[in-house]
Amino acid sequence: MATDVERAEQRPETLRGATVAALIWAVSLAAIAGTWVAARRWWFPELASQQGALVDRLFTTIFVIIAIVFVLVQATLGWVLWRYASRGAGHRAAPWHENPRLELAWTVIPAVILITLTVLGGSLWLRVHSAAPAGAMTVEVIAEQFGWRFHYPGPDGVLGSIDFRGDSRNAPLGLRADLAGAADDVVSRELYLVVDRPVRLLIRSKDVIHSFYVPHFRIKQDAVPGRTSPVVFTPTRTGTFPIVCAELCGVGHYVMAGTLKVVTADEFEAWLASQPTIGGVR
Amino acid sequence: MAVVQRVAHETATHHHEPTSFWRKYVFSLDHKVIGIQYLATSFLLALLGGLLAMGIRLALGWPGQRWPLLGALFPSAFPNGVISQGFYLNLVTMHGTIMIFFVLSTALTGGFGNYLIPLQIGARDMAFPLLNALSYWLFPIALIPLLATYFVPGGGPVSGWTAYAPLSAVPQAAPGSGAGQTLWLISLAILIVAFLFGSLNYITTVLQLRARGMSMMRLPLTVWAMFITAIISLLSFPVLLAAAIMLLFDRHAGTSFFLPAGAVIGGRVIEAGGGDPLLWQHLFWFLGHPEVYILILPAMGMVSDIIANNARKPIFGYPVMVLSVAAIALLSFLVWGHHMFVSGMHPMLGTAFMITTLIIAVPSAIKTFNWLATLWGGKIRFTPQMLFAIGFVSLFVTGGLTGLVLGNPAVDMYFHDTYFVVAHFHFVMGSASLFAIFAGLYHWFPKMFGRMLDERLGRLHFWLALPATYATFFPMHFAGIAGMVRRIYSTELYGFLGGLEGLNRFVSIAAFVMFAAHMVFVVNVVYSLVRGRRASENPWRATTLEWSVPSPPPHGNWGDREVEVHRWAYDYSVPGAPDDFVPQHVPAEVGVTARARS
Ligand code: HEM
Ligand SMILES: [Cu+2]
Ligand SMILES: [Cu+2]
Repeated sequence: MATDVERAEQRPETLRGATVAALIWAVSLAAIAGTWVAARRWWFPELASQQGALVDRLFTTIFVIIAIVFVLVQATLGWVLWRYASRGAGHRAAPWHENPRLELAWTVIPAVILITLTVLGGSLWLRVHSAAPAGAMTVEVIAEQFGWRFHYPGPDGVLGSIDFRGDSRNAPLGLRADLAGAADDVVSRELYLVVDRPVRLLIRSKDVIHSFYVPHFRIKQDAVPGRTSPVVFTPTRTGTFPIVCAELCGVGHYVMAGTLKVVTADEFEAWLASQPTIGGVR
Repeated sequence: MAVVQRVAHETATHHHEPTSFWRKYVFSLDHKVIGIQYLATSFLLALLGGLLAMGIRLALGWPGQRWPLLGALFPSAFPNGVISQGFYLNLVTMHGTIMIFFVLSTALTGGFGNYLIPLQIGARDMAFPLLNALSYWLFPIALIPLLATYFVPGGGPVSGWTAYAPLSAVPQAAPGSGAGQTLWLISLAILIVAFLFGSLNYITTVLQLRARGMSMMRLPLTVWAMFITAIISLLSFPVLLAAAIMLLFDRHAGTSFFLPAGAVIGGRVIEAGGGDPLLWQHLFWFLGHPEVYILILPAMGMVSDIIANNARKPIFGYPVMVLSVAAIALLSFLVWGHHMFVSGMHPMLGTAFMITTLIIAVPSAIKTFNWLATLWGGKIRFTPQMLFAIGFVSLFVTGGLTGLVLGNPAVDMYFHDTYFVVAHFHFVMGSASLFAIFAGLYHWFPKMFGRMLDERLGRLHFWLALPATYATFFPMHFAGIAGMVRRIYSTELYGFLGGLEGLNRFVSIAAFVMFAAHMVFVVNVVYSLVRGRRASENPWRATTLEWSVPSPPPHGNWGDREVEVHRWAYDYSVPGAPDDFVPQHVPAEVGVTARARS
């Protein structure tokens, strides 16, 4: 019984091959064109931190590599469809199915690229997580459903210890003036940082997991209850930047925005001095 | 081994075909019926999961818009016609849960695995038919608690398909974290048991019931993929089961595996404690990462066979294809931490997971190049299944490449939990795996139902679906690059995302088109089941064993025939052979091949 497919074996499919190739190429071209447009309209928010420049550079390196591979592979895919579409009766496929040298090549080449990326990525990761430089300022970042609070140590440089169980209007974050180091502490709803001064943020959460994300600084660190996670960076521009909660934390997740202000050292001192302290003293 | 097989065959022959309708089509022990049941149930859930996704896109494309009709139909989800924040998160949670666990996992391993493994290895059924039927029936049973979440106080869960504790551990944390979350966990636990039954069966069947002559290195790649996937499932799902039970204990028995002391959640003070929320993440991703390979390896296997069949050419580099599947399987257990680069785990761990993650890209690359080499020099036939297999390769490449961006922890610090990740996994999983399922359905539908699917509708389906898929998921990369995070109901509070409004609307419209494109398939199935042309035994001129029996195959698959295999599954275009394919059961004298000689 000759099925339709058997009859089709005799018919060339070159036209179909050409159109499917054209579809693959068109879709890939559209992706590239879209990226080109996006690079002008929807790219990264303007950079505002020192280590973010390194992140951007590594991203660009990887992006160039994957863009080249994307073009090569999609182009080849289209090409083989176009070139090797059935030419109908009398056309027979090639029987070969092994080529150790070729297979070795496409094992080794990706491996080399990936090892390079591993080395680049690994060294940057260690750098991002290196200890804070001397003179870095320390601020505790407290996440809760659905907002942020920032805990400054005050002139004594000591952060009073937090006990969420005592959190109340009179004792924000459970800080009471009689606790060691707490009296001169400041708890603020906005994060003030000093331009060009390294900072070490200690990220914590009162309840569920949140994530402290500042797109302009290229940093993100989850706020996990029961755990303190440090993140170190240096702001390079003054201005106001959004803080985004990046981890699903409940119904109000999308409203959990915060404000980060990068100011000069003088402005920072003036702001800190204007804030009420836990003990009401300076 | 041969003795074991012979005995198994002889006992299997004594199965009598059940005669009652119920035993034949409903509570059947036949692997083919069970496979089709798995596929059909997954198919219905795919429609539901797809509709939920349309709801997500409705909210993101037209923020704050009133939909009076939806408001009238679902007053609590759409108060005043506007989708509520809570319901939005429930949509995200249920969409992810359904698509990953109840559609892709069940269709690929439960559906195709059940249908194809015995037929492709020359067995009469699975090793444990009763366990197999039980495995299927746990699937609808697992659906009961899942769908019941909509009828309990507080409503369905809102903590995402990843259900991170403590959001998912403490009822006070969110409205859906009450009874809804408990039911979600129970549902998942039941489904996991179903997967375990299935995996045990697949592994035993492949090891014990292969026909004479079917050595491991003659197995079609589909079977290899299903076999290795079953091993991954068997080793990783129990970990999630344990985690789910621990979470249930935390919720109802006063334990605190995932609850740290001193946290205050929704006004509830966690007094006991000493647990760690990261423990949940480690356990979850210890399954979760292998799980994504559970969803891609069977797809890769089926696509390999469909490409070889339609290029009329042996698969290129068969031993390397098998090895790379095995390598991916092994490595998939060592990379889970790449989902946790910014979770607060030690940075040195991040380095280790970065290394393993980037290594896993090597076998993925090898597979891609081997598919291209298979096409190279072929005589390509553009059947609908071939179109979807080609689409699979294109989509898998696109999605795999962005994995290299995310695998770098310092860069992932920026992209984690943004739409860039959403784009990544919708390419590799949400589209590539889905395209492979369609490829598989176009290919094996004639065998399953004895009727051909309509080819013109199939082509139309592909021509609409591929561009719509790219149009939907590719722009999500840009939203991620711009800094848009996942699982947010609206971007209105973030001024810097204001420019994305047009992009989000475009994505939503593309998503609707994509949904409509897949409806062409639904029409095709309904039409073809009734009106499709009768399928012959071997309409695709394929080599594997299932094409040597009538379509659909009889109960017991082979009748009185003793199946014997004489060659590998890829004898296409063998020089000197009269036809351009030599089926596996044809004796060696007919058409000599390199593999038969070796
Ligand atoms: C080339 C190989 C791949 C690499 C290097 C890679 C890398 C990654 C990384 C690093 C992440 C974490 C991103 C983040 O959350 O910040 C991720 C997420 C994900 N990947 Fe891949 N991936 C690869 C292939 C795949 C494949 C083949 C699949 C599925 C078939 C897949 C499915 C997923 C999913 C589902 C997620 C997100 C899970 C979630 O957060 O909900 N990936 N991938
Ligand atoms: Cu949040
Ligand atoms: Cu992963």
